[in-house]
Amino acid sequence: MSYLEYNVKRSPSGLRKVLYVNWALVLLLSAVASIGFLQLYSVSGGNFDRWTEPQMQRFGLSLAVMFTIGFVPLWFWRSMSVMGYAVSFVLLLGVEFFGTVGMGAQRWLELGPIRLQPSEMMKISIVMMMAAYYDWLDIKRVSHPFWVLVAVLLIVVPAFLVLIQPDLGTALMIIGAGGMVMFFAGVSLWYFGAVIGLGVGLVTAVFMSRGTSWQLLRDYQFRRIDAFLDPTLDPLGSSYHINQAMIALGSGGWSGRGFMQGTQSRLNFLPEKHTDFIFNTLAEEFGFIGSVFLLTLYIGIIVTCVIAAMQAKNRYASLLILGIAGNFFLYFAINMAMVMGLAPVVGVPLPLVSYGGSAMLMILIGFGLVQSACIHRPREKS
Amino acid sequence: MKRPPKDNEESARKISRRAALLGGAQMVFAGVLVLRMRSLQLGQSEEFRLLADENRINIRLLPPARGMIVDRNGALLAGNVQNYRIVLVREDAGEPRAALERLAQLVPLTPEDIERAEREIMRHRPFVPVTIMDQLNWEEVARVAANAPAMPGITPEVGWTRFYPYGAEFAHSVGYVGPVSEADLAARENPDPLLMIPRFQIGKIGVEREYEETLRGSAGHRRVEVNAVGREMRELDRQEGDPGSNIQLTLDRRLQAFTLARLGEDSAAAVVMEIQTGNILALASAPSFDPNLFVRGISVAEYSALRDNDHRPMSNKTVQGAYPPGSTFKMVTALAAFEAGLTTPDERVYCPGYLEAAGRRFHCWNRGGHGRVNITSALAESCDVYFYDLSQRVGIDLINAMAERLGLGIRYDLPLSGVSSGLNPSREWKRDRRGADWVIGDTINASIGQGYVLATPLQLAVMTCRLATNRAIMPRLVHAVDDIEQPIPDQPPLGLNPANLAQVQRGMWEVSNSQRGTAFGSRIVAEAMRLAGKTGSSQVFSITAAERAAGIRSQSELPWNRRDHALFVCYAPDVDPRYAVSVVVEHGGGGSSVAAPIARDIILAAQNGGLPPVEAYPSAQRNRIESMIRTISEQIGPPATPDDARSRA
Repeated sequence: MSYLEYNVKRSPSGLRKVLYVNWALVLLLSAVASIGFLQLYSVSGGNFDRWTEPQMQRFGLSLAVMFTIGFVPLWFWRSMSVMGYAVSFVLLLGVEFFGTVGMGAQRWLELGPIRLQPSEMMKISIVMMMAAYYDWLDIKRVSHPFWVLVAVLLIVVPAFLVLIQPDLGTALMIIGAGGMVMFFAGVSLWYFGAVIGLGVGLVTAVFMSRGTSWQLLRDYQFRRIDAFLDPTLDPLGSSYHINQAMIALGSGGWSGRGFMQGTQSRLNFLPEKHTDFIFNTLAEEFGFIGSVFLLTLYIGIIVTCVIAAMQAKNRYASLLILGIAGNFFLYFAINMAMVMGLAPVVGVPLPLVSYGGSAMLMILIGFGLVQSACIHRPREKS
Repeated sequence: MKRPPKDNEESARKISRRAALLGGAQMVFAGVLVLRMRSLQLGQSEEFRLLADENRINIRLLPPARGMIVDRNGALLAGNVQNYRIVLVREDAGEPRAALERLAQLVPLTPEDIERAEREIMRHRPFVPVTIMDQLNWEEVARVAANAPAMPGITPEVGWTRFYPYGAEFAHSVGYVGPVSEADLAARENPDPLLMIPRFQIGKIGVEREYEETLRGSAGHRRVEVNAVGREMRELDRQEGDPGSNIQLTLDRRLQAFTLARLGEDSAAAVVMEIQTGNILALASAPSFDPNLFVRGISVAEYSALRDNDHRPMSNKTVQGAYPPGSTFKMVTALAAFEAGLTTPDERVYCPGYLEAAGRRFHCWNRGGHGRVNITSALAESCDVYFYDLSQRVGIDLINAMAERLGLGIRYDLPLSGVSSGLNPSREWKRDRRGADWVIGDTINASIGQGYVLATPLQLAVMTCRLATNRAIMPRLVHAVDDIEQPIPDQPPLGLNPANLAQVQRGMWEVSNSQRGTAFGSRIVAEAMRLAGKTGSSQVFSITAAERAAGIRSQSELPWNRRDHALFVCYAPDVDPRYAVSVVVEHGGGGSSVAAPIARDIILAAQNGGLPPVEAYPSAQRNRIESMIRTISEQIGPPATPDDARSRA
């Protein structure tokens, strides 16, 4: 099956593509983003201009980008995979040397009016790259140590560059997304077992390194881990954030305190209430019901993607969709675990809900690729 | 890449299997998230709700209005007046220095004030109102208010501050309030949270201090919602506090004013009591000071002027000053002897001008001697030798017991600061405190109120009440608290033999009504107002041999602080007495020449319910008295207003 084959004979073309858009996915994404608009309106104290309006504009723009990408045939994106990875990699190196330092970390490049976060790009690029790699690689060789090593290097090197920015959350997500594609591609489970073993060893080493000259994490990261392990340790210091976040979440109860009635967020006790901790404002104002509703929407997106991946009779498309869905899962799972006190505070936003344009654009670019795979799926009748 | 169909199928199978595996793991993780939500939001929601409320709700205290203090007729002695201050909020005012400099064009604000205010402002968060000026007058406030649009963030505010309309007149009795000090907080086990309010004032001396809890009232509170940085967002509810209780004193403002004015420039004290009730009508300690200075914040110069004055304006001499009572103690010695049956009214003692005992010569004040004296003439002429003689027979034990019966050596429980118990010496006291045995010379000295004996003017007034009534009169200063009258303390009979007491009263009567009397010059001619009293001149230092050799004979030739204290105690009228007065003029010289005239004027004023009536004086003295009364009545002004106080300051 060549591109020519399905492009000409079986894939929809022209305006007919609109019919084959995965509308369920579009609907779910819009629903989640709308919850975001609502919460941003609430935490700004009813100020539409402050966060809600820019967020809506960004969502509209990102949605347009998603459709644009979706209407471009998948073979084009497959051919762009290596190029995209290379560009992201070079930019990651660039950020290391020319990056702007913000919030104590080097995270972006100023390219004229555009503020580029190469680590965000890498989250998508790694999935595309890995999907292309395993599409290219002979199925019989996926578990061959050499080809596994190549894949591991493709993942770990950019992840390391992100880690030293330092941005632990994104580094973990790059490793997670890449690793998941390897998993879907059928790499022997023994390797994953070994990695998990190594991971446990590494965590031990990290803790051992504390206070020594070869300390592996920054002090603030250690403190975040401490705050996670014992939030009562220092209620006004490093664990203040997580304590206040838990208070906001817990005080929501069954049905919450009502829209715009959350005292923790309205009175600024909740830190980062419009970004990383926006889930807590939702939980405070809409309670258990609201929290579970949002989680259900997220799972709906994952399920939609998995169905699309099963339908795609194409190795690249399946791996790409599953990788992107896995990446999305990592986003909300890490964020929710973090704000509920189940994981250290690593700075991962709640996808499509947290205020911020860069992450939203990257997520919808990813779903644009999913749409491209859905639209250009070879069909029996066209 | 092109793959054989078999590979494609295998790939799809593998992907589906792995997707199912990871999808399952993801669902499990999602399940964990839901369980966590359930545990936090359903299981612990009550606790978290409580914590959220603790976060957001602050309780702010509302200071209650302090109770007022009035005199027996309802004249306001301590009240609350509006106090204008200027408050600056940094986030509205912008650059504090520029704002303060604009303000300085409207109100007096020195560069040092600006410097201090700026530091104060920068210490607080930008939304916290900081008081930069206090105690402004109405005109200044009006200027600031009129320019408010040009000065954002600067607003005049009204608060309450303590004010004493009669200033110095009641400085020692009513006392004053001042800011809470570290020591004040340390002295209290569980300080009222009100005391932590910045600029809160509490009683520092006098009734203000002793009745602090009663006057203060209880705090109200507001529950306010605050945000994370402490800014007040809204008021949730409010409960006003209970204002402090009002206190009515037994003091009479007019009599107090006259008494203090009559003491004049001297370092002196006078107490006026209503005999039947024990009510203290006047409690004057001269010189006095303006208590409003302390409320406002006294300057270093003003304070050191008060502290370094050798007339000790800040001391309440009426209860803190313990003086040798001198001859005013002689009634004690006489009654001790009579009650013990050791002498009779007929017994006469020969006074050659001295008495020899224990190898020493004890002089009478009259070195020429009084000749033969009995109890009446001994009191009237204040013969010392008569009492020396009695005391040797009576002994210190009976004198000590009689002094206590008459109210000396007792610390009266009055709401005043530093109430002294004086000193009623005994054998035990001397052994314990001085480590020596009591000797006969001590008794002889004590018999005329010298040696170890010390009494406060209040104690002398109480003694006079008791001598006039044969009852254990107790002093009383607080008449009512919130219109609830305070009981008059029990006045059990003293149980003195009326005949004996009559002898002593007769002697006191002759002091000012007999030609021989030491205070005959201070007699009252109006029959219904006549007084009976006793002079006293207590030695502070003996005139040294060197001074005598240098020709110093009289008190007026000595430096001020070495002269005798002048004392006088009296009651009036002589029949059915109503008022008792004690006067002590420190280093005044002689009781008859200095203290008695003052006491006469005061007791006449008390009896007349205003100024002393000129007709009551011997006709030869009336011209002099009339001009003195005029001078004094000019000094007694109407109550001051807060603005008067400011312009004086």
